[in-house]
Amino acid sequence: MFARRPYTGYKIYQSMENEPKPSANSTAILESAAFKKLVKQRWSVSLVLTFAMLAVYFGFLLLVAFDKELLATKIGDYTTLAIPVGLGIILFAWLLTGVYVFWANNKYDASVEELKNKIS
Amino acid sequence: MLSSFVLLQATPTASTLGTANPVSIAMFFLFVAVTLYITYWAAKKTKTGSEFYAAGRNISGFQNGLALAGDYMSAASFLGIAGMVATKGYDGLIYSIGFLVGWPLIMFLIAEPLRNLGKYTFADVVAYRLRQRPIRIASSVGSLLTISFYLIAQMVGAGGLIKTLFGLEYEIAVVIVGAVMTLYVLFGGMIATTWVQIIKAVLLLSGATVLVLLSLAKFGFSPGNLLEAVSTQYGQAMLSPGGYITNPFDALSLGLALMLGTAGLPHILMRFYTVPDAKAARKSVFVATGFIGYFYLLTFLIGFSAMALVGKPAIEGLDKGGNMAALLLAEQTGGTAFLGFIAAVAFATILAVVAGLTLSGASSISHDLYVHVFKKGVSDEKGEMKVARRATIALGILSILLGLVFKGQNVAFMVGLAFSIAASANFPALLMSIIWKKFTTQGAVWSIVTGAALSLILIVLSPTIMVDIMGYPEAIFPLKNPALVSMSSAFLVGIIVSLLKPEPAAAAKFESEKLRTYLGVGAE
Repeated sequence: MFARRPYTGYKIYQSMENEPKPSANSTAILESAAFKKLVKQRWSVSLVLTFAMLAVYFGFLLLVAFDKELLATKIGDYTTLAIPVGLGIILFAWLLTGVYVFWANNKYDASVEELKNKIS
Repeated sequence: MLSSFVLLQATPTASTLGTANPVSIAMFFLFVAVTLYITYWAAKKTKTGSEFYAAGRNISGFQNGLALAGDYMSAASFLGIAGMVATKGYDGLIYSIGFLVGWPLIMFLIAEPLRNLGKYTFADVVAYRLRQRPIRIASSVGSLLTISFYLIAQMVGAGGLIKTLFGLEYEIAVVIVGAVMTLYVLFGGMIATTWVQIIKAVLLLSGATVLVLLSLAKFGFSPGNLLEAVSTQYGQAMLSPGGYITNPFDALSLGLALMLGTAGLPHILMRFYTVPDAKAARKSVFVATGFIGYFYLLTFLIGFSAMALVGKPAIEGLDKGGNMAALLLAEQTGGTAFLGFIAAVAFATILAVVAGLTLSGASSISHDLYVHVFKKGVSDEKGEMKVARRATIALGILSILLGLVFKGQNVAFMVGLAFSIAASANFPALLMSIIWKKFTTQGAVWSIVTGAALSLILIVLSPTIMVDIMGYPEAIFPLKNPALVSMSSAFLVGIIVSLLKPEPAAAAKFESEKLRTYLGVGAE
């Protein structure tokens, strides 16, 4: 969209003279309760999942830094706790992205479609 | 990857590594022939900017997931991490985990808004509601710095690797890599680059799978027996975290750089524009995370198998960093022909990664700098494409020169530096522009400048350079990777500068861009 617009310095951008004015319809959507709920929900899901990932990864790093003994505990004849934990984090990261895709494909996209239909 | 990807000096051993292997040379030429044919096919379809930069937005979510995985699984992470596990045991896995956990965050925080707001480069998103010129200049600097350091690491690694694998001269190897990757990008743009990535990802994943199966066959297909062999030969300590990460702040800093650096790599972010919509972008991250996770699982098994079957002394005798572990294992389990195959895959991998880097560098120059800075946003597509192609040639020549100039350098810190700049200069500005209404032009520029400058300065003052390379007894800055300080500072400076001088126009536009961010209305 930038390339096709005549550009005469940043002052235009500040005053937004060249911006297409948002239609009344889209302004209504932006201010609708449904849209605000959608945005809020999206970020709650994203942030909860983000913090889950951060907690697991940094928890692991701190364990490596402070309690190596625990990770060295044998859980089999030779296998240490560290191995299932490490591989588990890789699996967890992937499953977490799966959870997000499942939520987004089912709930988020449905709400998006609903709102988009209102814009027409 | 961060292990010493030092120049691999071929030393005479019983292995056929370092001598011209007819299978690997044939495999490699086959790969180059097939990919150049794809480039020829793609060239006919590459006329508009959207085709050159974004493959006409025609790539499916699954294909793009494979291509993303291809972009990310560099030869350094294949050979480097397998080598780290083979020589240091469990600690190698800590690195692979760091490289993987950035992907979920890309999904949760930036993939969809990036796809909906941008056009060709991540700077599109940062500049969307801010003033074009300053943002474009600053983010190009961030992008080009990241790309340059990553390119140097790949080129220098490639030259040394190929010398060992094929017995080719370092200089010749660097020139071949530079020339072929320039052809991909120049004529085939993103369409060819994507298919090169997909082929390479499939080859790498299947080659590594076969290697693991061949190795596990020697242990009765039981990973437990493999671990037992490692433990009896080298001690139980190999199976748990050792002394690699001791200082918790070091761990935290490195972790941040690995994790959030991924979310700031320009050639990765650029891939999100090749798919038709946000839904496909989402699917690509899921697919990519799965493949990359599987790949790191394989490298872990390859590392331990190499340690048990080839033996640490033999691996370290050929290359101190252990980079040859996977190849020695391939030779031992599958013979010379299989070694040839894996060697050709490793070479193909380097080609594909540098092609992706070059394309994102060229788009930053033509799309961000030429169109939005020099032409002030008024430019015809023909002119832009011309500049993009010239930039590609220039970057191809530059990468060959950098490869030659940095010959013999330890490139580990350059990979670390590339990730640190990506995490500090690119990621904070990108994230804040997506989620924070009060973010301003000045805030973004200062955040980018702070992140880039601090990364550069602190890495010079860190033990990585002062102790390991320059030989001082102690470093001025205590952490090996600067991300903890440089990234937090970039966020902090961005927030403070934005709050000090609000930009009402940008805040107002944030509201109206929401329709596009969340619903995809008006997205290209």
